[in-house]
Amino acid sequence: MAFLDFIPQMGRRTLQTVPGLGAASRFLLSSLLSIFNRHFSVQQLFRQIYGFGVRSLILMVVAAFFTGMVLGFQGYYALVRFGATSALGTLVALSLLRELGPVLTALLFAGRAGSALTAEISSMKATEQLSAMEMMAVNPLAWVVAPRLWAGIIAVPILCAIFDLVGIFGGYLISVPVLGVDGGTFWAQMQSNVTFSGDILTGLFKALCFGVVVTWIAAWKGYTARPTAEGVGNATTLSVVTASLTVLGLDFILTALLFS
Amino acid sequence: MAAEALVELENVVFTRGPHPVLAGVNMRIPRGAIVALMGASGGGKTTMLNLMAGTLRPQSGQIRIAGQDLQTLSEEAIYGLRRQMGMLFQHSALFSDLSAFENVAFPLRRHFRLPESVLRKLVMMKLEAVGLRGAAGLFPAELSGGMGRRIALARAVVMDPMLIFYDEPFTGLDPISVGIIAALIKRLNAALGATSVLVSHDVEETFSIADYGFILAGGKIIAEGSPDVLRNSDSALARQFLGGQPDGPVPFHYPTQQDYAAALRDNCSPGERF
Repeated sequence: MAFLDFIPQMGRRTLQTVPGLGAASRFLLSSLLSIFNRHFSVQQLFRQIYGFGVRSLILMVVAAFFTGMVLGFQGYYALVRFGATSALGTLVALSLLRELGPVLTALLFAGRAGSALTAEISSMKATEQLSAMEMMAVNPLAWVVAPRLWAGIIAVPILCAIFDLVGIFGGYLISVPVLGVDGGTFWAQMQSNVTFSGDILTGLFKALCFGVVVTWIAAWKGYTARPTAEGVGNATTLSVVTASLTVLGLDFILTALLFS
Repeated sequence: MAAEALVELENVVFTRGPHPVLAGVNMRIPRGAIVALMGASGGGKTTMLNLMAGTLRPQSGQIRIAGQDLQTLSEEAIYGLRRQMGMLFQHSALFSDLSAFENVAFPLRRHFRLPESVLRKLVMMKLEAVGLRGAAGLFPAELSGGMGRRIALARAVVMDPMLIFYDEPFTGLDPISVGIIAALIKRLNAALGATSVLVSHDVEETFSIADYGFILAGGKIIAEGSPDVLRNSDSALARQFLGGQPDGPVPFHYPTQQDYAAALRDNCSPGERF
């Protein structure tokens, strides 16, 4: 009987989820296309890029620096047993460029900027600011959502590139001055084994996809939040949790697709 | 009510989930009038404002604003029509990151490319009209409830709308602020040659400025007419509402299946606990 109950329950869940996904997709598309709406403001876009990008920078730099240093230590520990410490530069760079850079940037972005974005939009909804905008014949998707969405999409790959650079520098500081790996070998190995299109661009493409997903989830959760204090809190928590899990799941799919 | 109608609702039905909010509402709002829309909380008054503004669409029926059927208009055309409407929200809905001046200037900045000096004059005129020119530089967090409502009123009328909606404009205000808002609604409606639709529970204050009123209950208009006509209405529901009687057609007790004596007994099953 429990199994028979499970089937309609699954059907009900699916019927609830599919229209939600459809609505969220329409929301994403309408918001992205709002760039052509007369109420889309480039000034707002730059302000949001500043808000998301520059204000997340310190967090990214610190996180990247420590990640790079840890990679230096752990990589050395693994490679020294095979006498392959000369490959440490390659290991640090590939780990960061292909995997850790995009994923950690997206996760930190979801926690830092995504949560703020959800809280901002849901608060605007709860205090009827979005309705007021609609009553003033200003499309809130164009004025509020689109600049934030585009800002996230633009900011995440740039933040990822900075994360990669700082992470590699952190790895270098541990590997060369502290652990005594030869500096020339560290950089030369990295240069010969890291490809621009296969590794660097792949990582940045991942970051771009994560940027879309994280800002999309954050904006959607804010836009559909219940207009109460509790609704704002729930939406903010859900935004970070959903975005983080989606980034990890999507990372697996993208890695499988881009793996070569 | 013989004047030309600016807003007409014909057999408007609106349901939210399984619950019918409006079950065939007919209404005619004449141009230039201040019309009050009253009824119990949750009775669909704000929904009616949203339907008239085109932010919600009815399941059936017709809504015409200045002769234009909202159902046949595109989203773009409804946005165009809304430029001739203003709305004062229950909690003011001021943009918290903008000053009072910028809040009032917001619709002008979005719709017109005005020289800064002209824009400044227009905004200052509206702020002067609501008596808050001196508060132009303050932010919403620095304003009292009454001041916030007046700034929101200045913003609602900055585009000189033909139709102004007021959603509970007196709620949560002290008596002085209530008096100020009521006087402003009357004065602005006359000065702009606009039509105002006022949703409110405050019977006395609303009747002091309204030309005509509708009472909404059970998703239908149960009484309509001038304030004097409504006060002498035959409808028991209208009399209960206007007289503020705690019991009547709208019962004091929320319906329950449980017997009172049984509810007081301590040996109810866990499922019956609250």
